Amino acid sequence: MATIEISGVSKIFKDAMRKTDVTALTGVDVTVQRNEFLCLLGPSGCGKSTLLNMIAGFDKPSTGTVKVDGQVVEAPGSDRSVVFQQANLMPWLPVWENVAFHLKMRGAQKGERREKAQIYIDMVGLTGFENHFPAELSGGMNQRVGIARALLMNPGVILMDEPFGALDEQTRMEMQNELVRIWQHHKGTIVFVTHGIDEALTLGTHVAVMSARPGRIAEMIHLDLPRPRDITSPRFNDVKRHILDLLRPAGAAAAHS
Amino acid sequence: MASLMRFGRPERFVVPVLILAGWEMFSRSGALPPALLPAPSAVAWAWLDWVFNIDGNTQSYAGHWIFDVMASTWRVAAGFGIATVLAVVLGVAIGWSRFIEVTIEPTLQMLRPIPPVSWIPLAIIWFGIADKPAIFLVFLGAFFPILLNTIHGVKTVDRNLIRAGAMVGGGQRQLLRFIVLPAAMPSIFAGLRIGIGSAWMLTVTAEMVAVKSGVGYVLWDSYYFLRYDIVIAAMASIGLLGYVSDLLIRLIAARVLRWQHGTTLSGSEG
Repeated sequence: MATIEISGVSKIFKDAMRKTDVTALTGVDVTVQRNEFLCLLGPSGCGKSTLLNMIAGFDKPSTGTVKVDGQVVEAPGSDRSVVFQQANLMPWLPVWENVAFHLKMRGAQKGERREKAQIYIDMVGLTGFENHFPAELSGGMNQRVGIARALLMNPGVILMDEPFGALDEQTRMEMQNELVRIWQHHKGTIVFVTHGIDEALTLGTHVAVMSARPGRIAEMIHLDLPRPRDITSPRFNDVKRHILDLLRPAGAAAAHS
Repeated sequence: MASLMRFGRPERFVVPVLILAGWEMFSRSGALPPALLPAPSAVAWAWLDWVFNIDGNTQSYAGHWIFDVMASTWRVAAGFGIATVLAVVLGVAIGWSRFIEVTIEPTLQMLRPIPPVSWIPLAIIWFGIADKPAIFLVFLGAFFPILLNTIHGVKTVDRNLIRAGAMVGGGQRQLLRFIVLPAAMPSIFAGLRIGIGSAWMLTVTAEMVAVKSGVGYVLWDSYYFLRYDIVIAAMASIGLLGYVSDLLIRLIAARVLRWQHGTTLSGSEG
């Protein structure tokens, strides 16, 4: 059984103020197997975040179904953890309390929370910052806390919505390597939304290239490039060229040939 | 906040000292009869006697200050405490639930413009002449500022934090307890600071009219005996008590909101 099954999903947003409907997604079918790392790649407005929100349970499809582990998604649940574009940490809690927030919600004792949190704080490389507040950390460090929080829930699926979008180039590359390392070590299914081609090709086992208006899957690409991935290798560039062609607007493609 | 406890900055004393010196000189000049505008030194003397019973010049009040202060403080504490609990609970409910907002808020908004003082006749009929009408008035005065600030704090909670909470498996009750309430804390404390000011105003008002003890009662009683030195000493006492209780709330806020340290203008001062 596939871990995530998206079948015939479309999403129409009603714009009440202008009395028009906006079709964000149409006819999307995607399956993700266990331990796959799927990148949803596309320009802004192609509905990739909407698709992720539907897997997370924040949004509901207008038609079609989203299933995780055979269950239709109705609401957010701790079997699917989300790493947001902004870290979304509780600013009044120190790092370790944020990492173990899931356990706090379940009423775990302080000692247990502290102990569990330490494992994941060490894993994302934040040892020594346990008692800092989010406002005292950099954007990249906050994002690490968000990842540690997602990992601690030990979910079957981790959903990431452009988590490195707000970081500078260098930090982003560092975080990508870190994420691949954690994923290889930890195992788990990841769905990762991005608009960066290099990022998608560095991370994913699969890349779903999406096109906009209305949003749909243009092509599902299976990547078997060896890791760590060399973003200057010829094979990498072949795939990249292919994706660039897919993403190029129809008119521009005609002018090109 | 630590700077509140430091008195190392001499400029903070300049304005009070100038006012006191000018007032003393004006009183001694004889432009007004000294009984109508007693000099600060006379006020200080009466105040000292009121506190320590030095020469008995304040007669039946001599040495009685601490009891008057305790009587007023108790009324403020009781009314303010009840107002805080009710306003925070109700404010969170109104801010969180559209249904409760629609059901309750219009009524509250109609009660709000009625000055708490205008409840005095009813308060006296209902509660008699004692602590209770004063506590009731204090409650009315403190309740609305705390309520409105709590509602505002809850309504402006970052939606993404609620999402993050739902994502880690929180139900409605946990979201309220672990996210909404702490996120609303800065607003709630702003409400508490406004509320404590109203609380002192209304205790004193109630004591002038409906109660036979407390600093406000001493103030009004001394007025009947033309003891303006005691009137002013009572005013100063109220100012002092208001300042101390506000300081207390600020110190608690600095502790509870220490996560804001360095992220806001007020946080950067310490």
